[in-house]
Amino acid sequence: MTAAVLWRHAGGRAGMLLLGALILLVLLAPPFLPAPYLQPDPEHGRLLPPGAGHLLGTDDLSRDVLARVVAGGRVSLAVAAGAVLLSVTLGTLVGLAAGYLGGWVDQLLMRLVDAALAVPRLFLLLIIVGIMERIPLGVLIVAIGATGWFGTSRLVRAEVLRLRTLDFVRGAQALGAGPRRVVFRHLLPNVLGPLAAATTLAVGDVILLEAGLSFLGLGVQPPTPSWGGMILAARSDLVNAPWVSLAPGVAIVLTVLAVNLVGEALQDPAGEAAT
Amino acid sequence: MTPLLEVRDLRVSFPGRHGRVQPVDGVSFTVGHGETVALVGESGSGKSLTSLALLQLIPPPGRIEQGSVVCLGGTDLLPLTGEALRRVRGRRIGMVFQDPMTSLNPVLTIGDQVAETIRAHLPGSARQAADRAVALLGEVGLAEPALRARQYPHQLSGGMRQRALIAIALAAEPELLVADEPTSALDVTVQAQILELLDRLRASRRLSVLLITHDLGVVAGRADRTLVMYAGRLVETGPTAAVFGAPAHPYTRGLLASLPSLRGPRRPLVAIPGNVPDPSQWPDGCRFRPRCPLAEARCGTQPPELPVGEARRAACWLAGTAGVAAP
Repeated sequence: MTAAVLWRHAGGRAGMLLLGALILLVLLAPPFLPAPYLQPDPEHGRLLPPGAGHLLGTDDLSRDVLARVVAGGRVSLAVAAGAVLLSVTLGTLVGLAAGYLGGWVDQLLMRLVDAALAVPRLFLLLIIVGIMERIPLGVLIVAIGATGWFGTSRLVRAEVLRLRTLDFVRGAQALGAGPRRVVFRHLLPNVLGPLAAATTLAVGDVILLEAGLSFLGLGVQPPTPSWGGMILAARSDLVNAPWVSLAPGVAIVLTVLAVNLVGEALQDPAGEAAT
Repeated sequence: MTPLLEVRDLRVSFPGRHGRVQPVDGVSFTVGHGETVALVGESGSGKSLTSLALLQLIPPPGRIEQGSVVCLGGTDLLPLTGEALRRVRGRRIGMVFQDPMTSLNPVLTIGDQVAETIRAHLPGSARQAADRAVALLGEVGLAEPALRARQYPHQLSGGMRQRALIAIALAAEPELLVADEPTSALDVTVQAQILELLDRLRASRRLSVLLITHDLGVVAGRADRTLVMYAGRLVETGPTAAVFGAPAHPYTRGLLASLPSLRGPRRPLVAIPGNVPDPSQWPDGCRFRPRCPLAEARCGTQPPELPVGEARRAACWLAGTAGVAAP
């Protein structure tokens, strides 16, 4: 599955454009935004509606909402990328080990995964972040990543079990390929297709999860802005200043929409047949 | 001269509902240097398991029984494990599998897959291996080998893929090539080309070939010797011309009678009644007895492999008697 094929897919193209625009905005916009976004800024008014000076208005501490949405986007996207990278790596390694080694290794790993999947992920996260006194970003990324690999490991294991029966894997063994070569050169590359689709969809999940945690006050801690945290802080002004919570809300929706469009396109059998 | 490959009393067993069953039950044969030997049998006769057992590729929970011997050029292969076993696989015995559609890794280029086997066994740089891969692809008769080396399996036809697979099997210059139904998935015209290629390679590389097939047409004229397998045992072995000309075992006769022929008078095709029995329900004595038109009382005891003429054997009490030898 190449980027070109994804580009020919209508949904995939829309998702890539939207996601690209969001990432560019979040990466490049900060120098052009009215500073400061962390500290209260009494020079501006509180809860100003969107207008010329502040495109998306100001919040209850007189901070520019657009600046905070962009800054929060950096944090939210960084957490999502880090957590997904971690969970996909863990899930892939566990899935490869279970599928390739089989036997009691497989049994042990998959029963652990079963047990972990039986508990809702949010509860697992609440337990982990609940026992921490402070929640630095690194801990948040590890916590979300460490609770997200169970499904991935099942997916990879299932693919490996299917691939293992194919002649080219047996053939590689028959021609003297060692276990490492079989796993990383013959099995892993053939798992990447379904893995890419699942990974993209997982990004959307993680953004929502981080927003939810931050909304509960257990995610990204103020004054560091994050989309979920902004919605939490703005909830008392929901009626008289809806733009303060709507802006990060729309940002979440657009981001999740974009990654899901890409993920759906990656899963589309028509797209896969074209490769 | 000692043979290149010697298989003695090979037994492969799988756990069954009532104890272990042995789909390969005491098979012995040899393959000489530069010789092509065909192992012929129906589905379920155990011929593929026999070939997999040579390299200990029997899928679990199957296993090779104690007492089996596979000896290649003086090395006993069955006790080998780990790195020593890996150095035999591909390096001394190359394997070509049946289905060229699934035997190549879809995400690696053809050249990479040939070079991978070279690098797994032979010294040299990645660059040298890549050049060697292109040369090999040319040797197996692929036009524009440099282009093919850069292509992926889905860009090649079935016949081209089978040639690529043969190049991969030969990449580390093995002494013995084991081809398990190398032509079954191909068109008839392509089949002939692939067999032609195997013949040519055997001559040019002084290669020994073990050809596993259910297709007697493939065997005729290609193999120096033919081994006929039925229900886990060899029932008849001998020079191909002699076995085809005057089959000594009723099963071989049945196989040949069920082949259509373009020469000679027209005759109805004869099917052998019934199927190969399941390994868990093999009859006592001669396993072909229930399907054999000539079965008699003494067939209730397993016949030994009796000599019938020059370098031939048949596991039949009637072997060599006039009633059977006449086609």
